[in-house]
Amino acid sequence: MIRNILLVCSVLCLWGCASKEKKEQLEDPETTISQTTPTVPKSLNDIAIYNFDELEPLLHQDDGKVHVVNFWATWCGPCVKELPYFERIHADLQDQNVEVVLVSLDMPKKWESQLVPFIEKKGIASKVVILNDTKQNTWIPKVDKDWSGTIPATIIYKGEHRMFYEEPFTYDALRKEVTNFLKK
Amino acid sequence: MKAIKLIGLVIFVALTSAFTYNVYTEEKGYDIGDYATDFTLKNIDGQMVSLSDYTNAKGFLVIFTCNSCPYAVAYEDRIIALDKKYKSMGVPVIAINPNNPDLKPADSFDKMKLRAKEKGFTFPYVLDEGQKIYPQYGASKTPHVYLLEKTPKGNQVKYIGAIDDNYSDASAVDTKYVEDAVNAMLKGEEIKVTTTRAIGCSIKA
Repeated sequence: MIRNILLVCSVLCLWGCASKEKKEQLEDPETTISQTTPTVPKSLNDIAIYNFDELEPLLHQDDGKVHVVNFWATWCGPCVKELPYFERIHADLQDQNVEVVLVSLDMPKKWESQLVPFIEKKGIASKVVILNDTKQNTWIPKVDKDWSGTIPATIIYKGEHRMFYEEPFTYDALRKEVTNFLKK
Repeated sequence: MKAIKLIGLVIFVALTSAFTYNVYTEEKGYDIGDYATDFTLKNIDGQMVSLSDYTNAKGFLVIFTCNSCPYAVAYEDRIIALDKKYKSMGVPVIAINPNNPDLKPADSFDKMKLRAKEKGFTFPYVLDEGQKIYPQYGASKTPHVYLLEKTPKGNQVKYIGAIDDNYSDASAVDTKYVEDAVNAMLKGEEIKVTTTRAIGCSIKA
């Protein structure tokens, strides 16, 4: 009898945790990094600097491609940690109609001293743009109505299909999301 | 009979524990109008600080901030200015560092002391030891401001969000969200903008 109760309890416990574990049990895709010509920006002149109105079209391109837009900054530890995963997506899937844009939220005084050297050092080949718009309370809800403003934050979209993620990714989780969009 | 009650209790406990994790991670914190919890947290001077210590306060600016976040640093002078302006009017600043120093050594208690001394903080700068308080408020980043009004029923949340609308240049600010909210609260007027959003550094817990 007691054994049965314990069994019921442990099943319930596992059930409660299942949703979390599901996220961790992701496929481990065998990937080969395709050879690409890196176009790493060498100076600030190579990087587009936008206000939100100028950035917004990049969040709504209806061109049949999967767009992965990541908001990050060099000072954001979790962002820097996941950048290589976006780079891998760019390298692996750019010839399958996947475009990665890394939107830097670094502050103006850090562009020359921190951002450009960071991009060069890491050899970042994905497209990097700078969003320089202080009216955050206006544009944050336009990116996503639920975004509290923490980074990293990522949009993946294709046409009218769109997902917003206010959390860091593992490579597998990112790959899985992008793969889902490719099927749409 | 007793056994059935016991079984019921066991199942109840199992069910609640099974879902506690999800409930905790989906903690949304306070909305406007909620009553905020008091706390007893250690200040950089070694003294414990609670909202209830401030018997004459009309309210509080509880600001989750830290040493290590560029946005928090950009706002340090403005936080000092807020305290100087509003402490005498009964609304002092209480700064809480929500970060776990084990994960962010730059936000250790000793580094907090150092930073407060360098900048001449005029307000308590306490450590959310064990990271217990910030999730209750629902703070997600630094800096993150909660304006509380002291009422007979408790400290009521009146404003949540950013200090103003220009992190990078204090002289180019158009709207001073926090000042507008405190001024309206002190006059007993309706606060026009009660929540705002801003980019900040996610809290390291």
